[in-house]
Amino acid sequence: MPKQPGGQRLRLPLEWLGILPFLIFAMLFLIMPTMKIVIGAFQTADGSFTLQNLIDLNTDSIRSAYWTSLKLSFVTALLGCAIGFAMAAAVVFGGIPKGVRNPLVTFSGVASNFAGVPLAFAFIATLGPVGLVTVWLRTEFGINLRAMGFNLLSFWGLVITYLFFQIPLMILIIIPALDGLKREWREAAAVLGATGAQYWRMVALPILFPSLLGTFALLFANAFGAVATAFALTGPQLNIVPIKLFAQIRGDVLGNPNLGYALAFGMIVITALANFLYIWLRVRSERWLK
Amino acid sequence: MSFLTMTNLEKLFGQNRVVKDFSLSVEKGEFISLLGPSGCGKTTVLRMVAGFESPTAGGITIDGKDVTGLKANSRNIGMMFQAYALFPNMTVADNVAFGLKVKGAPRAERDARVAEMLALIGLEDLGARFPFQLSGGQQQRVALARALAPRPSVLLLDEPLSALDAKVRVSLRNQIRQIQQDLGITTIFVTHDQEEAMSISDRIVVMNGGVADQVGAPFEIYNRPRTKFVANFVGTLNTFEVEVTDPTTGRVTLAGQGLSLPNAPLAAHVGEKLSVALRPEALRLGRLPDAEALLTAKVTDVNFMGSVIRLKADLAGAAVSLDTFNRPDTPPPVVGSEVEVSLSGRDFILLQA
Repeated sequence: MPKQPGGQRLRLPLEWLGILPFLIFAMLFLIMPTMKIVIGAFQTADGSFTLQNLIDLNTDSIRSAYWTSLKLSFVTALLGCAIGFAMAAAVVFGGIPKGVRNPLVTFSGVASNFAGVPLAFAFIATLGPVGLVTVWLRTEFGINLRAMGFNLLSFWGLVITYLFFQIPLMILIIIPALDGLKREWREAAAVLGATGAQYWRMVALPILFPSLLGTFALLFANAFGAVATAFALTGPQLNIVPIKLFAQIRGDVLGNPNLGYALAFGMIVITALANFLYIWLRVRSERWLK
Repeated sequence: MSFLTMTNLEKLFGQNRVVKDFSLSVEKGEFISLLGPSGCGKTTVLRMVAGFESPTAGGITIDGKDVTGLKANSRNIGMMFQAYALFPNMTVADNVAFGLKVKGAPRAERDARVAEMLALIGLEDLGARFPFQLSGGQQQRVALARALAPRPSVLLLDEPLSALDAKVRVSLRNQIRQIQQDLGITTIFVTHDQEEAMSISDRIVVMNGGVADQVGAPFEIYNRPRTKFVANFVGTLNTFEVEVTDPTTGRVTLAGQGLSLPNAPLAAHVGEKLSVALRPEALRLGRLPDAEALLTAKVTDVNFMGSVIRLKADLAGAAVSLDTFNRPDTPPPVVGSEVEVSLSGRDFILLQA
């Protein structure tokens, strides 16, 4: 049958229909707000172009807020990775009864999403100045946490609180990676004369490195953007970027939304740099993958 | 004293005894295959020799030294695994050098040994590649080079050919055997493939239910199987019932024809039925002058396999397989036709339970 010129009908690409809700969601709640932030960071209140918002970031208070946020994110990501890895390794390789694994994974699923006001309240109720554990340690063992310098409403208090969701997140992500380490690799290394430490240093950790790096980046971003827990725990008194940003955009008379946009733009830049570093390291460490 | 000995090895997993009173002596430079179906305990024996499993009872010595309580990394053993087990984050050269590196060998010695090993397996040009850039056969050859590089006293092969296609499997098994003989290394090979075991081994241990049913050279295992299990597991077997007519001379009858069984006198009485077996190649097509008996069989299936033709036929009330060589000038019998089959009592295998 002869082909009719121009007779091809436009066909609706139905295969894209399934991801349409996600695309709409991402457009409305990720891409458009990000564009709004980036544009707003270069605008005055009346909408004209300016670099003043970025220049205003260069104050002692804001520099300090970025530095504290970076430290907090780095420390909680590092500790979360280390402790979570040790726990996951104990569950996968450590000879712990198999019945422990499923409850731990289920708990990690819940705890990794346990943040904000409930988490802050839980920690105040346990490790706050008159918290359950604080009082119990003081009355039963004579250990006075406050006299020892511990304050829940401080940097290290926030680190401990963040670890409550950072460690479970690490466990959830790293257990499948640990499961992927083949028993034959460990046995081949052993039969070739390697000690357990040599196997981990020369075989297992290099294989896991991309996963560890990815999880570290995720934990870093998770902590860097967390505001609800920090604000609920310390109020405005802890100087970190999300709290500063929250103060600028919540709408009271002291707020400067465009400075808030600039703060958020700074966070985007830092997160992007961290991700570029992560991708670069990952590509270098994955030369052996297909 | 033998180079490698396993004495009264037992292994229990919970209540399940997977290896029962297993003893074996292996001479230096010998190639031994542990052959048996899945779950017969052959891999567990190998893993006990490697040091991955501790025997519940019994002992293992290598070169006169008791290694039963030694960890795997102190036994100086080389091993190939079914799934290659190459380290994916290392190049071929680094994989081969691994055993020497962890033992602290100097760089120059490592490099020289890696070059020697890669030449041995014929992959000199692939040292810089990663495992994912190699075919299955190449990966397994690298695994062999890696296992041999630290000069192990014993080489263990845990079904290393199972994951390869048929052609590569044959070529690699010949290469493994050649290298094993060149180096004179004592080798234990685990397989469930009887053809593989027979083609490569000095001796075969046929395992069943955690025990060694029979230990012997491939010729002996194939032609003189001691148990029904060995006879059935190794090669194809036709089984018949014969009736004893004279136990002192080993005379029996099959379908009314008299035959003399080997190993006479028989521990049986007149009229007793005995289970006997014949390999497919012992049933010979046609009327042959040295045959003791001549039976007629009806052909039910014909498989042309190139140099050999395997026929399925009804013979003396039993469904049998018989092999005959291909002759270009003689076409094989057709299905449904009747053929004459010659057989001799000396080819019968008398089966124990």
